[in-house]
Amino acid sequence: MNRLARLFAEKKKDVLNIYFTAGYPTLDSTVPIIRSLAEAGADLIEIGMPYSDPMADGETIQHSSSVALSNGMNLNLLVQQIAEARRHTEVPLVLMGYFNQVLQYGMERFVGAVAGAGIDGLILPDLPAYEYERDFRRLAEEADLQVSFLITPQTTDNRIREIARSSTGFLYVVSSSSITGGSSEISDKQRAYFDRIEKLGLDNPKLIGFGISDAATFRTACEYFNGAIIGSAFIRSLAGQESRVAEASREFVERILQPQEQ
Amino acid sequence: MKNIAIDDRGYYGRFGGAYIPEMLHANVEELRRNYLTMMADPDFKQEFDLLMRDYVGRPSPLYYAERLSKHYGTQVYLKREDLNHTGAHKINNTIGQILLAERLGKKRIIAETGAGQHGVATATVCALKGLKCIVYMGEVDIERQAPNVARMRMLGAEVRPALSGSRTLKDATNEAIRDWINNPEDTHYIIGSVVGPHPYPDMVARFQAIISEETKWQLQEKIGRDYPDAIVACVGGGSNAAGAYYHYLNDERVRLIAVEAAGLGVDSGESAATSQLGTEGIIHGSRTLLMQTEDGQIVEPYSISAGLDYPGIGPLHAFLIDGKRAEAISVTDDDALAAALFVARQEGIIPALETAHAFAALDQMAYGPDDVVVVCLSGRGDKDLAAYSSYLDSVPLNPA
Repeated sequence: MNRLARLFAEKKKDVLNIYFTAGYPTLDSTVPIIRSLAEAGADLIEIGMPYSDPMADGETIQHSSSVALSNGMNLNLLVQQIAEARRHTEVPLVLMGYFNQVLQYGMERFVGAVAGAGIDGLILPDLPAYEYERDFRRLAEEADLQVSFLITPQTTDNRIREIARSSTGFLYVVSSSSITGGSSEISDKQRAYFDRIEKLGLDNPKLIGFGISDAATFRTACEYFNGAIIGSAFIRSLAGQESRVAEASREFVERILQPQEQ
Repeated sequence: MKNIAIDDRGYYGRFGGAYIPEMLHANVEELRRNYLTMMADPDFKQEFDLLMRDYVGRPSPLYYAERLSKHYGTQVYLKREDLNHTGAHKINNTIGQILLAERLGKKRIIAETGAGQHGVATATVCALKGLKCIVYMGEVDIERQAPNVARMRMLGAEVRPALSGSRTLKDATNEAIRDWINNPEDTHYIIGSVVGPHPYPDMVARFQAIISEETKWQLQEKIGRDYPDAIVACVGGGSNAAGAYYHYLNDERVRLIAVEAAGLGVDSGESAATSQLGTEGIIHGSRTLLMQTEDGQIVEPYSISAGLDYPGIGPLHAFLIDGKRAEAISVTDDDALAAALFVARQEGIIPALETAHAFAALDQMAYGPDDVVVVCLSGRGDKDLAAYSSYLDSVPLNPA
């Protein structure tokens, strides 16, 4: 069974997905980060393939990506690192990247390589739906890779339904702006957006991403859907930790999962 | 190659499309649904035509360049986009897009700029319409195009430096896209060239098409036929070329010459000659030819010209060059500088550095004495005087 499918079958609430950029802060950080995050309690790990022009990402990930590229990260090396990490952990792994990287590697070759290394799911934010349905879906399904798509506050109900049908993995619910912690601080607009998604009654698991940075915002996000994705805040916590990425990763997850203060 | 036009998904053959994250979908889709209907609306056309005439100063002259004609032994005509308000063809597109943005109810305008011409043209139309304007410009370009930065600020625009990557046009475009993602409701992004996700390449080409629309009747008046033998235009993203070609795309009597920046030389590693150095891939939402590594990482191009150092070309141009409808010529920094000086002293016109590349290409072409060659004089060179001055200091002889 696909590890993502098993995760969401067993765990419906408080799923913690941590994103990091492969090759940041150092070229060989990938394996210790994955192992350490998994041991500390992350339910799912999203690995960013560093890209020169990460259009959907903010400043932090643009920076970590450019550091990773100058460290020498590339897809072939990443596939080897993932296979190595897979020898130590069964945590579900999702690979996130931009479609041009897949196109240059070759779609079929890419799917074969990453599935073979132990990846369970993919997020390719700039892959258009029609091209996915025409060229990519069959390849991904044959390799048992779940594909996740993003939805945003501007995505119409009909389009959310279409995206949910295309999506074979969890739905990535992009929050409209930073959630600042505490449910009282979620704006009416955001609440309306989350309610709107809830009312569509979709079967897909849903994780909230963008703007989740600490224990408080994680808990708040978890009140709405199956869990949340933390990316930039984790990457920022790795800055200057080159010699202790494993420890820094564990400390970060422990901070997020610390028991709620009363 | 028949009927060169986009299909319903925004492709020219296999080039084009819209490779964008969901965060951009609503805005791009709103534009896609509306642009053709809005542009066809009589009120829109009336306002566009009036502004083109009374504000931009169109039609731009088609000037017979007598001394250049004599020098090259052919008939050289210059389409004087440099005489437009703000000094380049860029205003044709920004006028069109600001009218669309207004009709879409947008309150805030963002743009990217390389040489600063598109930024100035955007700042200008925002002032004209009283809309807030933010222009992203690479930090390196801010330095090498200081006069245009001052103009934008004078016009009330905020110029925000792009600090990532090579800090030039590509990075300014990334920052503008990021801004649009963060401001999904009230903002319109005025892209300055025939690049980006569908509908931008087609929309910008249609606004720039006024160049070839005028060329047709101007040639008819001057030479008794409405087409030239060749059209020469520089290509960064390729908006002036798209406009200069537009009404001749399906007229195979007309050679289309696309002039790219070779920088220090095509094989020097410091170049922006995308059609020769590029391979098929995706940049800024469009499938086209671009300069990239084997891993699909986008390569930083180089040209002395801030308007031509873009690592991609518009999908229309990729299609034209790939299908051999257009011929690509590349011109080095040095040849462009020499051409700028030559044109200045032959015709009394100081062209922009971008345009100087188109002039330099004339040296690489063969033609008969009666051939009619139209050069799209896309912009004037005031913004490049610093580069020209240091070139003058370095030239041992005084040519011409």
